[in-house]
Amino acid sequence: MIPALDRKLFRDLWRVRSMGLAIAVVVASGIALLVASLICFDSLETTRDRYYARNEFGDVFANAKRVPRWVAGSLDELPGVDRVDTRVVAGVTLDVPGTSEPVNGRLISLPDSGRPVLNGVTLRSGRWPDPGRAEEAIVNERFAQGHGLGLGDQVFAVINGRRQRLEIVGTGLSPEFVYAIAGGDLLPDPTRFGVFWMARRHLATAFDMEGGFNDISLSLAEGAAPEPAIAELDRLLEPYGGLGAIPRAQQISHWYLQNELTGLRGMALLMPMIFLGIAAFLLNVVLRRMVAVQREQIAVLKAVGYSNLRLGLHFTQWAVVVSVLGGVLGIALGALMSAGMLNLYMEYFRFPDLIMRWSWGHILGALLACGAASVLGAAAAVKSVVRLPPAEAMRPAAPDTFRVSLLERLGLKRWLTQPLRMVLRNLSRRPARAAMSVIGIAFSASIMVLASAAMDSFEELMQLQFNVVQRQDVTVTFFEPEGRAAFYELASVPGVVEVEPLNGASARLRNGNRNRQVGIQALQPDARLQRVVGADYQPVRFDRTGLILSRKLADVLGVAPGDTLRVEALQGTRPERDMVVSATVDDLMGVSAYMEPEALRRFLSDSATMSGAALGIDPAARESVYAALKGMPVVAGVALQHAMLEDFETFVAENMNNTMAINLLFAMVIAFGVIYNTARISLSERSRELASMRVMGFTRAEIGVVLFGELAILTAAAIPVGLGLGYSMLAGMLAAYETELFRMPLVTEPGTFAWASAAVVVAMGLSAAVVRHKLNRLDLVEVLKTRE
Amino acid sequence: MNGNGSEANGALAVSMRDVTKVYQMGEVEVHALRGVSVDLEVGGFLVLLGPSGSGKSTLLNILGGLDVPTSGQVLYRGQDLTRADEGELTRYRRRRVGFVFQFYNLIPSLTARENVELVTEISEDPLPAQEALDIVGLADRSSHFPSQMSGGEQQRVAIARAIAKRPDILLCDEPTGALDITTGIQVLEALERVNRDYGATTAIITHNAAIATIADRVISLADGRISRQLVNETRAAASTIQW
Repeated sequence: MIPALDRKLFRDLWRVRSMGLAIAVVVASGIALLVASLICFDSLETTRDRYYARNEFGDVFANAKRVPRWVAGSLDELPGVDRVDTRVVAGVTLDVPGTSEPVNGRLISLPDSGRPVLNGVTLRSGRWPDPGRAEEAIVNERFAQGHGLGLGDQVFAVINGRRQRLEIVGTGLSPEFVYAIAGGDLLPDPTRFGVFWMARRHLATAFDMEGGFNDISLSLAEGAAPEPAIAELDRLLEPYGGLGAIPRAQQISHWYLQNELTGLRGMALLMPMIFLGIAAFLLNVVLRRMVAVQREQIAVLKAVGYSNLRLGLHFTQWAVVVSVLGGVLGIALGALMSAGMLNLYMEYFRFPDLIMRWSWGHILGALLACGAASVLGAAAAVKSVVRLPPAEAMRPAAPDTFRVSLLERLGLKRWLTQPLRMVLRNLSRRPARAAMSVIGIAFSASIMVLASAAMDSFEELMQLQFNVVQRQDVTVTFFEPEGRAAFYELASVPGVVEVEPLNGASARLRNGNRNRQVGIQALQPDARLQRVVGADYQPVRFDRTGLILSRKLADVLGVAPGDTLRVEALQGTRPERDMVVSATVDDLMGVSAYMEPEALRRFLSDSATMSGAALGIDPAARESVYAALKGMPVVAGVALQHAMLEDFETFVAENMNNTMAINLLFAMVIAFGVIYNTARISLSERSRELASMRVMGFTRAEIGVVLFGELAILTAAAIPVGLGLGYSMLAGMLAAYETELFRMPLVTEPGTFAWASAAVVVAMGLSAAVVRHKLNRLDLVEVLKTRE
Repeated sequence: MNGNGSEANGALAVSMRDVTKVYQMGEVEVHALRGVSVDLEVGGFLVLLGPSGSGKSTLLNILGGLDVPTSGQVLYRGQDLTRADEGELTRYRRRRVGFVFQFYNLIPSLTARENVELVTEISEDPLPAQEALDIVGLADRSSHFPSQMSGGEQQRVAIARAIAKRPDILLCDEPTGALDITTGIQVLEALERVNRDYGATTAIITHNAAIATIADRVISLADGRISRQLVNETRAAASTIQW
């Protein structure tokens, strides 16, 4: 037997089902985002942690020029170190059959007996290389897939100018390359970066590393901090050309993965809060109206002996039913969404297997969040129920009191028709509600701005980087600093029309106990291809003596122009000197220090400071230039401008539409939820006035002005607020995402604002159309007979 | 349609012939009117009497173009209202009809004067709003909002709003139903004056028989039919009636 009051509850719910549904959908969207982000976060984190643990991913990483094997023994003694692995690692240019472009490759040694101690390789197909065979290698799975390479296929590595055949005997994955990205790229391209694991003996021979190594990984004992080990390791490796050790947090693949997880957690918190907050506001408005309409019913119920508690619960239940319905819908939707999102993540992050984590804690948390939103939403209505004295409630409510609105008092009055005055006074009578409606609609516009402007900013970063900063077609990096000979060799390649030397040196900058290992770049003040450009798009002018730092680097090191830094070169004779920071530059990618070329040469006391070159090439001669570069012994890596742009365009094409569609949907849900409910409440509150006006001979269109004028004003007020809010949210987000790898400029295209505004206007049109249908069915006679 | 209701007595403003109205109330058919014929003479003052459920409100709604009959004919100055579409009925109400309701139905967000202006803004040749308020004796209350006025005052604003468009027909549904006798008489006096001075054909429905004495014709309805018709030789002044 269902109690009568509960039957009333269900019938009330049914009567205003469209409003309840609109609110439930807002709740569902928030919960879907919450659940999807949490599932993605937990799944990725669990997958990552288990993968790292199983494959013994290192905690500290370091490179050096060449370390004799006997040094390995003392690595075990470093503070906090648990296990040590030493390897031979080399960057090479690959010649992949069917691909004319040179491809960046990394060759990594496997122990001649047994398996790697750290950074274990998971074999996905085939077998381990035979240590007796120099050409056998395991390739990373994505690269094999990207090029359609199978077992038994061959690629060629250019080692000291000789093409060395590599035969694929297996495919594998490693925790070092979950996000397989070549240094300097922003996006991973599985076809542009190949990792090959091969027998150490042969790799050592090819790179003159017999009896030595050049790559160190350490794992730390549980609870040990990496800093002491890093400091000792750097000291130990210094005589052997150590390039500075980094903790796992700075390892590039891990860094990208961690960055993504942090973003997911932010999303799991922020977006659902916006949605649930809006849902609470809508519940508040609908319930308060319901209490007003049911005033006499409440009085009767109180008169016959229902307690305040029971009646308060009755109205709270309404809110709880709506939000729990939305919550359940959202959980299902979130689970579906998480599968899609994880699929997308698996495109960029490579794990041997994905562990889906689906915890009851998520569901409970989501439902609790819904419960909190509904209680919050119902609170004001319940308070008014409790406060209503039964005797007073039996009498009709006093007529609503109104005042002349502020705009009219400012002298606009005589320009306003009566219906417009009605609109203004209705709005100014409940300023808090109007403000909340404006904020609600504004959030929907801001979500659109945020989604679209993030893409604008990313696009701007790309445009700036590829059209203004790096205007070369090809960037070549050398194994070792080279002299003028390398310059002439490149210049003599047919098809190369411009060569600009890139002078750089690896160095450690130190300010007290803060330090960073960076490349000091020396750029010609008249550079045409690779330039140093600030966020203002202006090339930076060089000071004769000083050091110019990326602003982000200056922040990290805690220095400002005028301060002095200790600069330790990590190559050549490893000179050290104090240098004055003369300026900072708002560059957008990476962090660098910049010096005038002659000053850098003097500092290094070395004539061979050319670390690479920027090339301008004749597009018609592209193939022959590529072929020549593949054969050059000095070339360690080749970055192709057009390939990076294509990667970017692919990324935008793959992600833009999905992201925009999802955000458009969510924004529309909010806009429709807020505007539709506002309109329905207005219609309920105004039905008597509107019917009176129809009786007096106003047409449907004319009374529409009263109802929809209010919506139009709210929407018109919300759009600029929403655009501003979106812009601030974007600024906050970009500041939060400002990293040493890249910083996105704060840019919004006018189209973004137009697009966001249009979406909100469309949502208003939809809501108006639905409410208009109800307005047209307004029963004039019935409305007028009843007492308000 | 033409004219503004100031023609000689004896001409018909509205003529209803054999009007029936059947409502579908859920699963039940309700016969609100069962063949009613009524003529409203130009400038006349008609009172419709009857208990609740007798069909008098339905009759008034049909006269005012708020509803259409199930069968029969309604002619306004020769124009057939039974065949009028939604737009024509709206125009009919807008130009020709003034309504006054039991619960006033003022717009709470507009002052007395603005409530009147609401109508004058969409009328072709209205009275100035201030003059309409003057007629009902509320010239000095024009800037008050409904919440600042008594019931009688609110009802008089409603009358001012109804007459400001110079309607041909003034229809009042229980205009004194929510008022005490003193304020009720003030309202009736206002209606009387409007009928007399501006020649608006006036029909009042009420279940209060005392009001019938101020009309020149009284029609009693019962169960959807006319049960009695009476012509008052002399009309009593509103100020003299008692209930």
